[in-house]
Amino acid sequence: MSNYLYILWIPLLPLATFVVLGLFGRKYFAKTAGIIGTASLLTSTLLSFVAAKQYFFVDGKVNGVYQKIIALKYTWLQFSPNVSIDMGIIVDPISVMMLIVVTSVSLMVHLFSLGYMKGEERFATYYAFLSLFTFSMLGLILSVNIFQVYMFWELVGVSSFLLIGYYFNKPSAVAASKKAFIVTRFADLGFLIGILIIGFYGGTLDIGLLIEKFTSVQSPEFISITTASFLGASMLTWGLVLIFMGGAGKSAMFPLHIWLPDAMEGPTPVSALIHAATMVVAGVYLVARLFPLFSMDEAALTIVTYVGAFSALLAAVIACTQTDIKRVLAYSTMSQIGYMMFALGVSKNGGESGLGFMASMFHLFTHAFFKSLLFLGAGSVIHMVHSNEMKDMGGLRKLMPITHAAFLIACLAIAGIPPFAGFFSKEEILTAAFHENKLIYGVALFTAALTSFYMFRLYFTIFWSKEAAAKTHHHDAHNDHGEGTWTMKLPLLILAACAVGVGFIPFSQFITSDGAALETHVDMVFSIAPVALSIIAILLSASFYKSHNSKSDKAVAFFGGFYKAAYKKFYVDELYLFITKKIVFPFIGQPIAWADRNIVDGFMLLLANTTAKISTAIKGFQSGKVQNYALYFFGGVLALSVLFIYIWK
Amino acid sequence: MNEIPLTHILFVSTALFFIGMYGLFTRRNIITMLMSIELMLNSVNINFVAFNKYLFPDKLDGLFFSLFIITIAAAEAAVAIAIIINLYRSHQSIDVDDATEMKF
Repeated sequence: MSNYLYILWIPLLPLATFVVLGLFGRKYFAKTAGIIGTASLLTSTLLSFVAAKQYFFVDGKVNGVYQKIIALKYTWLQFSPNVSIDMGIIVDPISVMMLIVVTSVSLMVHLFSLGYMKGEERFATYYAFLSLFTFSMLGLILSVNIFQVYMFWELVGVSSFLLIGYYFNKPSAVAASKKAFIVTRFADLGFLIGILIIGFYGGTLDIGLLIEKFTSVQSPEFISITTASFLGASMLTWGLVLIFMGGAGKSAMFPLHIWLPDAMEGPTPVSALIHAATMVVAGVYLVARLFPLFSMDEAALTIVTYVGAFSALLAAVIACTQTDIKRVLAYSTMSQIGYMMFALGVSKNGGESGLGFMASMFHLFTHAFFKSLLFLGAGSVIHMVHSNEMKDMGGLRKLMPITHAAFLIACLAIAGIPPFAGFFSKEEILTAAFHENKLIYGVALFTAALTSFYMFRLYFTIFWSKEAAAKTHHHDAHNDHGEGTWTMKLPLLILAACAVGVGFIPFSQFITSDGAALETHVDMVFSIAPVALSIIAILLSASFYKSHNSKSDKAVAFFGGFYKAAYKKFYVDELYLFITKKIVFPFIGQPIAWADRNIVDGFMLLLANTTAKISTAIKGFQSGKVQNYALYFFGGVLALSVLFIYIWK
Repeated sequence: MNEIPLTHILFVSTALFFIGMYGLFTRRNIITMLMSIELMLNSVNINFVAFNKYLFPDKLDGLFFSLFIITIAAAEAAVAIAIIINLYRSHQSIDVDDATEMKF
């Protein structure tokens, strides 16, 4: 067993950057904050690659199976001999893979932000928050203890809140950050209760021990948690579903997805990092981390499957109607995470039927690259056009060739066109779904076609249609900076290379649910249906949006009310507003507020008022006259003497 | 020669104590009050010496106590006079009724 302790530096470097930039950034590093943040993250990224090389190619494998290695474990709070909160580092295939994803995407975003955020007033603060986020996310993926997951989970929530609300003088950004925080906090309430249930029955919070206890059917813990039931479901189901609720909140699964589109109020590189590539897949990662537990409970996995599939479809439909490019990307993120979720849901633990697990992780990996590429490309476009709305764009392919090429590659990747990265991972997911559940397979196939449609709608609207309008519109003030500095182009190029290349990684050799390599083969016949559907969808969107014509309006008219409902995001926000404003506030909030003001406060006020009244009544004794005090004193002595001499005896 | 009984001495000390107390409560001049306190202290001293002499003639504890009290009384007088001087500086008076700011 070799030493992986140096992995500790990977999260600690961003933390140090956060502390330094957070405390002294605005005063001393106002100009150099970006360089400092990027340099420290570059070190982390290199360390991650070293760790990955060591783990995957040198000594992670024992007898053909990748081992879970606990590189560091420090007990932070000991509740009882078995129950403790530990801080530690776990090294296993998915955590190492996530290390690569988080550090490299974060590095790209740091680099891109050098140009994108240049001249911002709170430049150093921005980099401090980015570092805080990177630290928390790395801590989350390295967790050995489910409570450690929870703590870092909240930390990523906070850093996401801070970054969404970065432009805090914009009311919409403030509202969005609050919304994101409250919705994910609400979901985390479920997560916490789930942790407590699982921890209570398992008698430990250590992930490794929990998995060990709950995966053997004869263990007393497993028997007690499956026999105890509440409202018709076993406690294991409850615990896992509640944990999944936390994951669904972070990963924007229906019905807790409402915060993600609004979170696009944050700076675009932040959306690329947090709301596309890393934080939102934390829910997927959580389910994958606890997958041995989930695989013991059919009901919980079914919920994961259907929530994932429904979110994928719903988001894809909404994405076809949105006009803000970042919102389209947000819904597409939600849709792709839905893919990862149901891929986990249809999976089994280990062996051939563990294909879904591997597919999900593979898609997480490829998605991180092409989706952050899409967001950074969108960032370049927004930087150029100074608007998020599609109607302000068009014909940009000549003005920004690099962005255009990168965006096209990313769109092809997400549409699942071979040989781009998305093709391989999506193919695995579809295969897994096909073998387990035909309904899910149908939904996934239809969603894949929709994905191609809306992504190319975005692509054609930004880079093609209305040629002349674009030119006259952009030849005025801000044409001078073109595509931005090299720091903005370089990440696009690197990520584009990844979006092309990472699909060829033989992923099933490295990351499977049980650590053993899995033989997969891309079945050419099987691939025909999804690829053909995607190409048809692309051609359809080309005929709609490549040049300005009325076909799209006709389609809108054809769908009528359905289009309007999708444009309004199926009124989920309105439903939430109705529930909170019309039901929760008047019937729960106001009575509680009344009780708080009148009963809780009233009791305290009574105490205070009584004290005040008594004080007023007796304050005359404190007259300031020394002789009065002497009199009281002698009176007291006299009384005590009488007491002790005659009464007490 | 007849010995003076203990009660006589106790009468004297009690009288002295209450004279002191009366002075402490009625006089407004701080120096007079200080003198009254000294009277009270001395009445206690007389008690100590008398009880020692009449009840435990072979011991010296009472005498030592009164010696201590005399020492403390001297120190207390010094502190008290310092306070009085400061009071006079701030209030131009040594009348306790003129210094009643420390109240509710």
